[in-house]
Amino acid sequence: MSILAHYNDWAVIVLMMAGLYIVISTRSFLKKVVGLNLFQTSVIIFYISMANVTGAAAPIVTEPVDAADYANPLPHVLMLTAIVVGVATTAVGLGILVRIHEAYGTVEEDEIVRHDFDS
Amino acid sequence: MTVETRVLFALLLPLLGVLGVLLARRRPNVREAVSLAVGASLFLAVASLVGPITAGADGHVVLARPLPGVALELRLEPLGVLFALVASFLWVVTTIYAIGYMRGHGEGHQTRFFACFAGAFFGVVGAAFSGNLLTLFFFYEILTVVTYPLVTHAGTEAARRAGRTYLGVLLSTSIGLFLFAIVWTWTVAGTVDFVPGGVLDGRADRVAASVILALFVFGIGKAAVMPFHRWLPAAMVAPTPVSALLHAVAVVKTGVFALLKVSIYVFGTDFLFSVPIREPLLWVAATTIVLASLIAMRKDNLKARLAYSTIGQLSYIVMGALLATPSASVGAGLHVVTHAFGKITLFFAAGAFLVAAHRTEVGQLRGIGRRMPWTSAFFLIGSLSIIGLPPFGGMWSKWLLGLGTLEAGEPWLLGVLLFSALSNFAYLLPIPVHAFFGEPDDPSSLEGVREAPLACRIAMAITASGCVALFCFPGPVHDFLRPVLSVGP
Amino acid sequence: MDHHLPVLVVVTALVGAPLCILVRQPRVVWGLFTAITWSIAAMAVTLLLQVLSEGPVRYALGGWPPPLGIELRVDVLGGFVLTIVSGMAAVVAPYSLRSVEQEVDAARVHQFYAVLLLALTGLLGLTATGDIFNAFVFLEISSLATYVLVSLGRDRRALVSAFRYLVMGTVGGTFFLIGIGFLYVQTGTLNMLDLAAILPQWIDTRTSAVAFAFLTVGLSLKLALFPLHLWLPGAYSYAPSVVSAFLAATATKVAAYLMLRVFFTVFGQAVAFGELPVAATLPAVGLFGALAMSLVAVFQTNLKRLLAYSSIAQIGYIVTAASLGTQAGLTAGIGHLFNHAMMKGALFLAVGCIAYRIGSVRLEEIRGLGRRMPWTAAAIFVGGASLVGMPLTAGFISKWHLVSAILAEGQWGLVALILTSSLLAVAYVWRIVGFLYLRDAPSGAAPVREAPLSMLAPTWALVLANVWFGLDTRGSLGVATQAALGLLGGQP
Repeated sequence: MSILAHYNDWAVIVLMMAGLYIVISTRSFLKKVVGLNLFQTSVIIFYISMANVTGAAAPIVTEPVDAADYANPLPHVLMLTAIVVGVATTAVGLGILVRIHEAYGTVEEDEIVRHDFDS
Repeated sequence: MTVETRVLFALLLPLLGVLGVLLARRRPNVREAVSLAVGASLFLAVASLVGPITAGADGHVVLARPLPGVALELRLEPLGVLFALVASFLWVVTTIYAIGYMRGHGEGHQTRFFACFAGAFFGVVGAAFSGNLLTLFFFYEILTVVTYPLVTHAGTEAARRAGRTYLGVLLSTSIGLFLFAIVWTWTVAGTVDFVPGGVLDGRADRVAASVILALFVFGIGKAAVMPFHRWLPAAMVAPTPVSALLHAVAVVKTGVFALLKVSIYVFGTDFLFSVPIREPLLWVAATTIVLASLIAMRKDNLKARLAYSTIGQLSYIVMGALLATPSASVGAGLHVVTHAFGKITLFFAAGAFLVAAHRTEVGQLRGIGRRMPWTSAFFLIGSLSIIGLPPFGGMWSKWLLGLGTLEAGEPWLLGVLLFSALSNFAYLLPIPVHAFFGEPDDPSSLEGVREAPLACRIAMAITASGCVALFCFPGPVHDFLRPVLSVGP
Repeated sequence: MDHHLPVLVVVTALVGAPLCILVRQPRVVWGLFTAITWSIAAMAVTLLLQVLSEGPVRYALGGWPPPLGIELRVDVLGGFVLTIVSGMAAVVAPYSLRSVEQEVDAARVHQFYAVLLLALTGLLGLTATGDIFNAFVFLEISSLATYVLVSLGRDRRALVSAFRYLVMGTVGGTFFLIGIGFLYVQTGTLNMLDLAAILPQWIDTRTSAVAFAFLTVGLSLKLALFPLHLWLPGAYSYAPSVVSAFLAATATKVAAYLMLRVFFTVFGQAVAFGELPVAATLPAVGLFGALAMSLVAVFQTNLKRLLAYSSIAQIGYIVTAASLGTQAGLTAGIGHLFNHAMMKGALFLAVGCIAYRIGSVRLEEIRGLGRRMPWTAAAIFVGGASLVGMPLTAGFISKWHLVSAILAEGQWGLVALILTSSLLAVAYVWRIVGFLYLRDAPSGAAPVREAPLSMLAPTWALVLANVWFGLDTRGSLGVATQAALGLLGGQP
């Protein structure tokens, strides 16, 4: 019961580990970007799920009421920023990958290392 | 000029020398004249400080205050002035010698040579006048770095390898151990100043004091206490004037001088006496003396033999510093002087053999006395002074050191001293004897060998007379040192 | 005007970036960049003086009072780091004119300066902010800009290095974000001072400990603490010279600053060093890293790479000193933060001069350069002496304080580590000096002229700063002491 009650945390952990594992294990730079995305997404879910208040509504307040009736809006706002950061990272990463592809003709780490870093 | 200005002036003179040598690089005669003039003025400047010191002035100059409570400062005391005096005097003599040697031997890069030589004296004077451990350390390091190009002067692979040993040993001991000892002293005592009577007494417990003392003894690699002696034989690839002045006088004496300062002004002789590690360290010094003598006997290369002889003699001074009795301390101070004169004479002669006859090995010197009587005679005088026979200066310092061993209740050390004197006999004296009376293996090889250049002979004559003078008039030196060491009779 | 300084420092750089894109003309952009960095430096110094005399400055962004609004808060440490960062930018500005012209496509020069200003914005903002999430955002701004800057290097390996940096940097940043999340779950606030007030009552919870671990690991990645340093050597060696110098002197320093903030301001000395095993672990990790990286540096054949490994080693010193948890250690760490910026800045700029003239920084190629580029070589000599810790240089002051701080703790093993690693520093610096002065130039080498004055002058400004702060430490350690006191004292 208590294990299932934390289903949101389990989702976060599974996603996070999957992302991290991809980043570490894959030899393809492109897949590393995907892994990073997954990793960042897990953090976003982590924040959003912590903002949830059981049985509460979305925080659209029209008249003064009890704060406990609403989900916490701040993590949502924070995550807007984090999403922007994540998108920017992905964009920069992909941009660099495009240039790596122009320079090496590949985005596979093994081949690049063979080209340049062995000497 | 006030004492302070003169102190500063003496410190800056060598730098002026470097500048002058570099400016006059296209005109060798002017360049050498600059070297000589700077050396002579340095000697006069230091000599002019003797009076005020005896009268009790301390010529305190603060150069900078990099750390709260620790300044880069100069402060005179008799030991330092004496050291600077001897070193600068011998610098003048060595310059005379070097002119004859470098030209006679056709060495290249002479401007670099003379410039670094002058630069080395910046380090020597600074170390001699240093007012605290930090300043001493700073000039000690300058000396290491500036003398490196002199060691690798030949530019060959062998010279570079020797240079690596030189720098490796000296820098690793100084940064690894010496600096550490300084910082530790500072943490314990809250000061690194040289204070008569020491700063550690009552502040460091016996264990900490032991470790600090060991760090100093081994960390001051220039004192060449085994096992950190390898740099000195390595440095012998340098041209002979360098070996003579720097590696028999200036550099190595900076090392033992630093140790003397530590023993007198950081530990204080009274406190040093109670530090438990003193005894084992005395053993180390004694072992160095014995081993160095034994190795010297087996060396056929003349300069290598002299180098090991120097290692042994340096440990006399280390021993004197560690014995920490009045006679031993004065004896150690005096030995700095007498050994300097004796050993430099020997090196000059070795260089003269090389320049005039291209001989580097002991075995090649048989019969050479007939062709080079002056050089061989000076070599004899130097040997006798090192052995410690009258009528040469070496006798007094050995006498005082011997007395010190008895005062300290370590008679076995007297045995070590005697053994060393006997082995000096065995490895030094045969050389001049064979030179005069031996028959060369191949008589024809002596043809065309002429006496060394005049400049070289003049230099040797001066230092050899110095050996005699120190025998006849040790009094002034002794009296000059007495106040620091608070000696009785 | 005066009380707007904290925000002005950041916003000036931020506004400068799009201006650069609009102007486009390379020389004009450079002029704009120089003007902006110099005025920021002037503001930072004013701010530091103000903080020193009047205590920490707080600034509520948009007029929303903290802890609800985001606040900027500059204390002595913050002012000090702001001065380091903006001062380095100001020094690099005149240098970059020639260097960037040569190393970056003319068509991209305006973009280069824009991104450099963005990086500066991130670093300054991160230092000035008093809100931990805001710090994350600025950290990522500076990191993103840095990835781009590294990728602009001429060598195509710069691209790969930049990408690797991006991957590790992002992982580090995200770890930091996770740590913030845990803190927020525990306390419901993001304001650093508010956190500091609330955290002590929750410090026994596992959530706080986990938050601390995530924050520490994330920041360790950003500041390239061994063994999380793998991105740094490539990034520093293939980036354009200006970028290497600027990053080496600032980026990791600011990450170290953030680490200090987390340790001392957010968690507080009592917690970080009483409840959590910081003092038992991090000093050893830092010094072991210093030792290992110094050893690796000895065997490098590329000058920039050698300096990069040396930087990792020096970061180890900073972390070690700061994580001793004592006032002496903290002072030594903050002082070294400053001094190391001076020495690595000087060295990387001098190496950039070599790259400018001979197009390579391999040790083989710099043989005998002491004769042909005497000023540059002398700058490397003095900078190297400072790195080794020769007396009369800033490096010596750092080492002195570091060793005495460790000695005061009686950590003998650490002292042995630090001494060994400084011997290794002697070895690698001497190797450079040996190649510069004691080897003959390769036969048939093209004649080389001394670097242009516009590059030499900034280099030597930093070299002289090394000597100056070796002689007079009021400006470096004096301020560092106050900064340490401020961190430990928990001022408002």
